[in-house]
Amino acid sequence: MKLNGSQILMEVLLEQGVDTIFGYPGGAVLNIYDALYDYKDRIRHILTAHEQGASHAADGYARATGKTGVVLATSGPGATNLVTGIATAYMDSIPMVAITGNVGTALLGKDSFQEVYITGITMPITKHNYVVRDVNQLADTLRSAFRIAKSDRPGPVLVDIPKDVTAAFCDFTKSTPCEAKKPPVADEKDLQDIADLINNSKRPVLLYGGGVVASGASSCVTKLIEKSHIPSCHTIMGTGVLGYGDPLNLGLIGMHGNVSSSRMVEKADLLLAVGMRFSDRVATNAEKFARSPKIVHIDIDPAEINKNVQIDYSLIGDVKEVFEHLLPLIKEQQRESWASEIAALQAKVDYQPLCCDDALKPPQVIADIYEILGEDIIMATDVGQHQMWAAQYSKANDPRRFLTSGGLGTMGFGYGAAIGAACAFPGKKIVHVTGDGSFHMNLNEICTAVSEELPIITVIFNNQVLGMVHQWQKSFYHSRYSFTEPNRKTDFVLLAEAFGAKGVRCTTPEEFQSALKNAATNNGPTVIELMMCTDERVLPMIPAGLTIDDVIME
Amino acid sequence: MQKYILSVLVQNNAGVLARVASLFGRRGYNIDSLTVSETNNPGVSYITMAVTGDESILEQIIKQASKLEEVYSVHEISEKQALSRELLLIKMELTEGDRTALREIADIYKAKIVDLAPKSMIIELTGSTQKIEAFLGIMKEYQIIEMCRTGVTALEKDSAKL
Repeated sequence: MKLNGSQILMEVLLEQGVDTIFGYPGGAVLNIYDALYDYKDRIRHILTAHEQGASHAADGYARATGKTGVVLATSGPGATNLVTGIATAYMDSIPMVAITGNVGTALLGKDSFQEVYITGITMPITKHNYVVRDVNQLADTLRSAFRIAKSDRPGPVLVDIPKDVTAAFCDFTKSTPCEAKKPPVADEKDLQDIADLINNSKRPVLLYGGGVVASGASSCVTKLIEKSHIPSCHTIMGTGVLGYGDPLNLGLIGMHGNVSSSRMVEKADLLLAVGMRFSDRVATNAEKFARSPKIVHIDIDPAEINKNVQIDYSLIGDVKEVFEHLLPLIKEQQRESWASEIAALQAKVDYQPLCCDDALKPPQVIADIYEILGEDIIMATDVGQHQMWAAQYSKANDPRRFLTSGGLGTMGFGYGAAIGAACAFPGKKIVHVTGDGSFHMNLNEICTAVSEELPIITVIFNNQVLGMVHQWQKSFYHSRYSFTEPNRKTDFVLLAEAFGAKGVRCTTPEEFQSALKNAATNNGPTVIELMMCTDERVLPMIPAGLTIDDVIME
Repeated sequence: MQKYILSVLVQNNAGVLARVASLFGRRGYNIDSLTVSETNNPGVSYITMAVTGDESILEQIIKQASKLEEVYSVHEISEKQALSRELLLIKMELTEGDRTALREIADIYKAKIVDLAPKSMIIELTGSTQKIEAFLGIMKEYQIIEMCRTGVTALEKDSAKL
């Protein structure tokens, strides 16, 4: 059948299983939006306040569901507004397809109105990108974009479509969803060698990251951990894979991770690093990280092997496939004496937050959220102190229930991500944990949640400062608080109400608990502002470039 | 730090060179020289890259470049197995007596004089990087007006494997 470029885009989206997209209209995408008008019963389009919000929403949708997120924006500023969202997805290996309109092919390269070379701009932050200059290439290019986004190590792909291509007609033949390409299954001998290392290890530790979530490997990784009784810790991207209450779960490792996690890694004779990349927030000093154990690195991306930390053995593959093959080769072991060291170590070396009954304290706030709203919530965070507290005290029992910008550290990520998650799971409680600094960046998206009646509960940790930078200034810059005390007069309650949301301010734990209960019954968004202490620091902390021996505990 | 020669087969698309160059810039790898040419297959281009680094940088370059969607293969050609050539064009100022001297030197290096004007001549030389460097060492004794080099292009020798 003959279709125009815009209709082809709609058909390919449907064919690839897309039912929700996030976007913002504009001149170069008028034809696409015109087609969308006819497809709006089959493709739900969420109109955000700003393209950045749309890009984070597509990302949050992908993180929460495991499907590829799709964002649509116009040329020029519409496209450049996606950049932070695309880079965020790239750093955390989130599958996303970004579609941008551009000026007509005859106007390309002439500095036309709202023209920008978006493929050039996004070259280093996408897995690949395309300009489609011929409508005959459009369908297959879009299919390639979906295939690349999900194949091997996932990530964002951008397709730029000039306006005349969205109007031009050509024959269209339906196809099937693209199969994601995966690296070949590791060879049997290599698998047996790794299994032998695990079976013969006296003191193994497993360290997992976002690769486990991306590959849908949570249950087989958990099975292996349980079968061989391997104490396990995780990067921020691995939050929720192993239940937080599991006695083998050492919790977070890295700059703000548990001291016991780092110590167990040091005491180990074997470190299984799975679906993680030894970032500088995990291996704060790459030369000195995990020097005693032998390191086995299992990852889908060969370029991660020996990139940051020198390892002893590696296995390239999809984590799920690797673990499915490894599991039968692993002997059941109890490792009583090794596992028993965990509790003793935790009691001895871990940071114990001080309890406080009458003031709002981060650990209790996070605990209250899970207590009142249930452990099945999806939590999306922004970036800074609140993010670290949310990660440290997370009770996520499932992957894809803690959405955070781990690699890029994008302030302003959270609200968009929460919108994406709320659109994916209408019945679920979505909590957006943020700070007064981060929230100011993209709070305009409250209007989206109001329009779409998304019951997102925002919890603002308002400590009146840009807390994480403030903390570094206190620790490393002689308390010279350069521009981290912004003296804002924003009334978040009035602000929420001005947008048509509910707003409430709390100063005590009781007020917060009751605010949460009320928010849980609200059909639209709620903004809860928590008045918190300025001097609260995220602890423990390993200063950048140093090791666990330099950890700050007070 | 060592020098390496990489042969990279890529899709012959607009922008593929920018992608490879962007990757190098982003990761902080240094390219000494880079040449691109078509191959006998019109859909495939051949990039020869000379890079400086250590083993771990080389490993990263190969793995990161291999991940690019339009890159078919990245292959290191060891020095022993590389047949590498580059082309030099050099414009020399002619003062009294230099013409004969320059002609003699060109003869020794089997370089060609490809343009002659009253006050200058252009010499063309093809050869290995070492040969070009040696030739330039001598030319520096005279007045160089301007010069350009193509950078290394290389193929792997089968005879070296025998």
